[in-house]
Amino acid sequence: MDNQYTVQDKTSWPLWEVFIRSKQGLDHKHVGSLHAADAAMAIENARDVYTRRMEGVSIWVVESRHIHASNPDEAASLYDPANDKVYRHPTFYDLPDELKHM
Amino acid sequence: MSDQSIIDYILHLGDNALVLGHRNSEWTGHGPILEQDIALSNIALDLIGQARYYYQYASRCINAADGASRPFPGHEALTEDVLAYHRDAWDFRNCLLVEQSNGHWGKTVLRQFFFSAWQFELYGALRHSRDSQLAAIAAKSLKEVTYHLRWSGEWVIRLGDGTEESHTRMEEALGDLWKYTGELFVPADYEKPLALSGVAVDLATIRPAWELKVGEVLEAAGLERKEGEWMQKGGKQGKHTEALGYLLAEMQFLQRAYPGCEW
Repeated sequence: MDNQYTVQDKTSWPLWEVFIRSKQGLDHKHVGSLHAADAAMAIENARDVYTRRMEGVSIWVVESRHIHASNPDEAASLYDPANDKVYRHPTFYDLPDELKHM
Repeated sequence: MSDQSIIDYILHLGDNALVLGHRNSEWTGHGPILEQDIALSNIALDLIGQARYYYQYASRCINAADGASRPFPGHEALTEDVLAYHRDAWDFRNCLLVEQSNGHWGKTVLRQFFFSAWQFELYGALRHSRDSQLAAIAAKSLKEVTYHLRWSGEWVIRLGDGTEESHTRMEEALGDLWKYTGELFVPADYEKPLALSGVAVDLATIRPAWELKVGEVLEAAGLERKEGEWMQKGGKQGKHTEALGYLLAEMQFLQRAYPGCEW
């Protein structure tokens, strides 16, 4: 069985996806990717590559191979059916005037 | 405490930062991978930034000194650039460690680790200097140095405890560099009176913490430090290895050939 940390291609380190939270209270956002030998190095590299101009207060990294993405070819069947389901939007409620920020 | 000793001490601190910053900048565009190229270039910029603070302070002190005892005569209003680009090797007060050639990546990170471990303790103490300028520069720079120490320490462990080849190369780097670490704790003539008056750091007080940190990392890296090896010194008094001359020739060429040139 393959060790999960075995680097398949011996000439390069695994690829990691980097997520940065720019301010307390905001979400982590995907900012890009980089190469690193392990998670500790990935965080240090992310600090050096993606937070040089005060972009962040928190870093997440995840190995790119652990990201499973939807297939763009299936976009029509996955997303288009939501187009005519207007009743899924919470826009049919009468809100009292006292309610702010909705 | 004379004007000259405080000026020499400020230059010593600034020259350490400039020379190592320049050495690290030699890696820019040549790093083993893009991410580490950026990491080391960031550290280079941090160090050159520190050097600027010291040179700006030193030039203010020099410009305020009276005519007869004023160092570097011939420069009416001395600036940070004059200090960086128009002094020769014997005017530089940096320790020998920082001027040593980059060698391979392992040697570069080991040099950075020895230096950052020292600078970390030094700045921690210098924050309490009776000289408020030095205290402020140290306080501001300590955060940067904390990261340099973490980054370089990780690399020393990674390579020392890595493959057979990386371990062998780290042993070789240790053999090259260890003899330059003793000077970090030998006070220069200008340093002694300043340490007594609470302006400079008494190097004996920070040595145990440095030994401890270096010992921990070398042990984790599986590297054996040399005991009782003869130690080189002289850089802090202006007596350098030949490495510094080559470094200055490249770093200063433009300002020597075209003084005051801007772009």
